[in-house]
Amino acid sequence: MNVNSSSPSVFWIRNGDSIPLSRVPFYTPEDFRRICLEQVYSGGRLALLSSVPALYGRKGGKTLLALAADDENGKIGVLCADLEEKNSYLSLSSEIPQAQGFEREIFEEQGILPKNHPWLKPLRKQETPYPFFKVKGEGIHEVAVGPVHAGIIEPGHFRFQCSGETVHHLEIQLGYQHRGAEELFLRSSPERRLVISESFAGDTVIGHALAYCMEIEALSKSEPPLYAHILRGAALELERISNHIGDLGALCGDIGYLPGAAWFGRIRGEFLNWLMELSGNRFGRGLLKPGGVRFNLSAQQTENFLIRLDKAERDLKETAELTFNHPAVCSRFEETGIVSRAAAEALGMVGPAARSSGCERDVRRDHPFGIFRFYHIPTAAADTGDVMARAVLRWLETERSIQFIREQLTGLLEQSLEVELQTEIQKMSPEHLAVSMVESWRGEILHLAVTTSKGEITGYKIVDPSFHNWFGLALALRGGQISDFPLCNKSFNLSYSGHDL
Amino acid sequence: MLVLDIFIHLILLILFPPFLIGFINKVKAWTAGKQGPSLFQVYYDIEKLLKKGAVYSSTATWIFKAGPILTSASLVCAGLILPMMRNHSTFGFTGDLIFFVYLFALGHFFLLISALDVGSSFEGMGASRGAAFGTFAELALFSALAIFCIPAGSPTFKSVFTALPWKTWGFAHPAYLAGALVLLAVLLTENSRLPIDDPNTHLELTMIHEVMVLDHGGPDFAFILYSSSLKLLLQADLLIHFLLPFPSHLTEEGVLLLLSGILGIGILIGILESVTARLRLQRIPQFLIGAFILTVLGLMISFYRGAP
Repeated sequence: MNVNSSSPSVFWIRNGDSIPLSRVPFYTPEDFRRICLEQVYSGGRLALLSSVPALYGRKGGKTLLALAADDENGKIGVLCADLEEKNSYLSLSSEIPQAQGFEREIFEEQGILPKNHPWLKPLRKQETPYPFFKVKGEGIHEVAVGPVHAGIIEPGHFRFQCSGETVHHLEIQLGYQHRGAEELFLRSSPERRLVISESFAGDTVIGHALAYCMEIEALSKSEPPLYAHILRGAALELERISNHIGDLGALCGDIGYLPGAAWFGRIRGEFLNWLMELSGNRFGRGLLKPGGVRFNLSAQQTENFLIRLDKAERDLKETAELTFNHPAVCSRFEETGIVSRAAAEALGMVGPAARSSGCERDVRRDHPFGIFRFYHIPTAAADTGDVMARAVLRWLETERSIQFIREQLTGLLEQSLEVELQTEIQKMSPEHLAVSMVESWRGEILHLAVTTSKGEITGYKIVDPSFHNWFGLALALRGGQISDFPLCNKSFNLSYSGHDL
Repeated sequence: MLVLDIFIHLILLILFPPFLIGFINKVKAWTAGKQGPSLFQVYYDIEKLLKKGAVYSSTATWIFKAGPILTSASLVCAGLILPMMRNHSTFGFTGDLIFFVYLFALGHFFLLISALDVGSSFEGMGASRGAAFGTFAELALFSALAIFCIPAGSPTFKSVFTALPWKTWGFAHPAYLAGALVLLAVLLTENSRLPIDDPNTHLELTMIHEVMVLDHGGPDFAFILYSSSLKLLLQADLLIHFLLPFPSHLTEEGVLLLLSGILGIGILIGILESVTARLRLQRIPQFLIGAFILTVLGLMISFYRGAP
């Protein structure tokens, strides 16, 4: 037996921590693989598997980096593998499917080959002809949808293998939205980086900007004031509420249920407008900055806000009850696009899509950050994994977020908390690695940064929740009806740009 | 009087249909608390499309180009023999009811083959759905019409509408009620209204009618728009003739009955579309088979109790 077999393990950190690079444990590819598998088999999951060029040469040659999240204990395990001269390693995906996207990304960007990878296809970069999976047989036909769609949505290609109306396999080919966001981010000045981070996924401005700010705060060891944490939390929940309600409206629109589409659509506007009152922008651009927030709410604004919050909550409750009690809506939503709990866990799905299938994962609870270290929002979950579960879950989360915002804002009014929006950002620590995770409305956002000996960011990785979840959509359609695809797609509502970066 | 009748009939047939669609959309917008597009929006759309050029797929043949015109032509012919302001049409003849239904089927047939002609997977899917649901709808339609034809003993519009027992119509004879309900179900199906199809969706994978006409553009699409509005008007007209007693000569009362009847159907469709959601696609055959079973029940009652 290897002497090291019991001792090698990961280095545990917490969300929003930074550690010196010298503390990061390096292993041989074999040990690295074994530890990763052990972590996943014992209830953890891969939050990131990547190859960050900034870490190359720290030991021998190219490097693999893994972050294994232990949701139960709120820890994130860091470990690296040194590939030395080799340019390949034994794939993890053949054992744990959740690694498949990460390994394809590593192969595509760094040319490191995961041997025995079961699905080594282009992830973002276009290759013609794309090697689509084919189903053969009598009566099998292919339906190709996109990349240009009949609505104002992002580009992506969907290939259905059907017989009649039944879908046997759906393959999703993305990458049309690849903008080179990570490279652009590294090339840009620190001032621009905040703006770029707000655009990783345009509908998750607060989520990504918050993850970026947490990175900078972790690396510079600064802590924003409590007041700023409260406003950040409120903005994050406002973003969640407006997107969730928008999705509910769009789900109703897809099944032709007019009252739901009209009312949810209107109420979504209310929440977007509040984000505008807070930040001057309906999507919250420009609100956050490393060290705190830029804007404050006056006492009068807060009072006004609370009154209208009550009214919006009433309207929302009425509309949701009307919708979810309507037999025609139930008949369309129930038992459509089912993702089993086993599938969700194997794929490492995150956010509402995972919670609807019974995987209770919520960064706000598991790896608390910001205001959520002091105030917990109860995690909502469902177990049927169908469109109904994903819809009802959005409604439940919306209710709880409204409750959170109400309590926080009332607190701001009643307690004489010192109005302090920002703290000074210190110089960033040299040769450090920092990890930040945020529960955005779509699920877990992870940012990872590595600094040089001068304390400048030299490596940056972004994982949008869509990256984990796209394969879930493909599975939801398996054996389903092709006419239910738009409904399933909307119930996931994943980001193309967040995936393609 | 006869010339005036033909003149009004033609004017209504040619110019009125797009208004009905605009009217339904307005009702839907009002129910949703919105302003909605103009009542005349479909006219503007048709005008705009007629001014445009068309783009044709390289696999399309003359069938694709002929489809929209032949569909419109079959429906206009059907409209000529369908009574409008009175209980029979000037162009009617013995057995015209059967002829009317098959002119409808002919229009649908041309729409289907022009969809298949371009060889797109979407349109093939739409045509297969259209053909499947069309078959179920036809079954229900014929058996519903049979209920009404029994008292007349002939499949002719004039004798059917004359022989209907107007004094005791409706709740007095459940068979007629079943027939009228089924005609409404067929109307919704054939005109791609909710809960069968959603005329407003942009999601090509869920459509039935709209997906068949994706490749039509410009004037061709103008004809498609026109023919689908005409189809709705004709079926609404057919339905109200079974519900309301029309006079045998051209009178103001007849015109009033026609307009209020058609707008009434428009309001009914608008409200129906505002309060319900679409059926799951696999459920549509069940919906139509259910309609057929209702007519069988109606027929049994008719035979058992005899015409009132």
